Amino acid sequence: MNITLNHFLIVSSLLFSFGLYGIVTRKNAVMVLMGIELILNAANINFLAFSRYSNSIDFGQVAALFVIILAAAESAIALAIVLNIYKTFVNINVDEIDKLRE
Amino acid sequence: MTYYTFAFYAFAAIILLSAYAVVTSKNVIYSAFSLMLTFFGVAGFYALLGADFIAIVQLIVYVGGILTLMLFGVMLTNKITETEIKTGVFQVLPASIIIGMFSGVLIASISNNRWTVAEKLNNPQNSLVGIGSILMNEYILIFELLGVLLLIALIGAASIARK
Repeated sequence: MNITLNHFLIVSSLLFSFGLYGIVTRKNAVMVLMGIELILNAANINFLAFSRYSNSIDFGQVAALFVIILAAAESAIALAIVLNIYKTFVNINVDEIDKLRE
Repeated sequence: MTYYTFAFYAFAAIILLSAYAVVTSKNVIYSAFSLMLTFFGVAGFYALLGADFIAIVQLIVYVGGILTLMLFGVMLTNKITETEIKTGVFQVLPASIIIGMFSGVLIASISNNRWTVAEKLNNPQNSLVGIGSILMNEYILIFELLGVLLLIALIGAASIARK
């Protein structure tokens, strides 16, 4: 039995669903960021799978590289914001923080 | 069963089990370390898809950089005296129902679609030469802009966190 494109797509869609579940159900803001990372990884698997199975390998890999770079920038900014929220409100539960200023 | 098939199912099991642990574990530290396992499994997938360079970048940037950042975030936003760092959950039942239905629709539409794939797959070569030439020719502007964006993002993150 050969591994086809569908196998990779199904694993990545399950990974995407897990990430979405993590974003929706978790209270801790850092856990929400972890869910976002899972979703970005699922998208990256899709890029590489489509590029592999259409024989145009390099362009998909460059797109995946850009996604990784943007994920690094995004998580740095988001964690800085989370640290600031912790300094202001003393917790980082996303369901309790509903003010933009102190 | 070839080695490729075996490796695919092994990595898929690693990815899905550890991703499940990430989103269900109550302890944030456990979640962070399960996330490391997920990143390893995804790097294995990249290698199976012929993306050797991206797999290494995934290990270096995600496991070495982003995950360390996450752990710092966990440590800095909790009281050190607490031994276990818990996270609360809410809306578990509606979320599981809706997301279960969503992923069912996703998987059904993926399996019923007839994807046009290449007739005969090329054997993956060393991809570094191709990536380098694309980055320096077609995508040179995006490449430079991403460098500027990373610089701005890191300066911004430092100045936000110091405030």
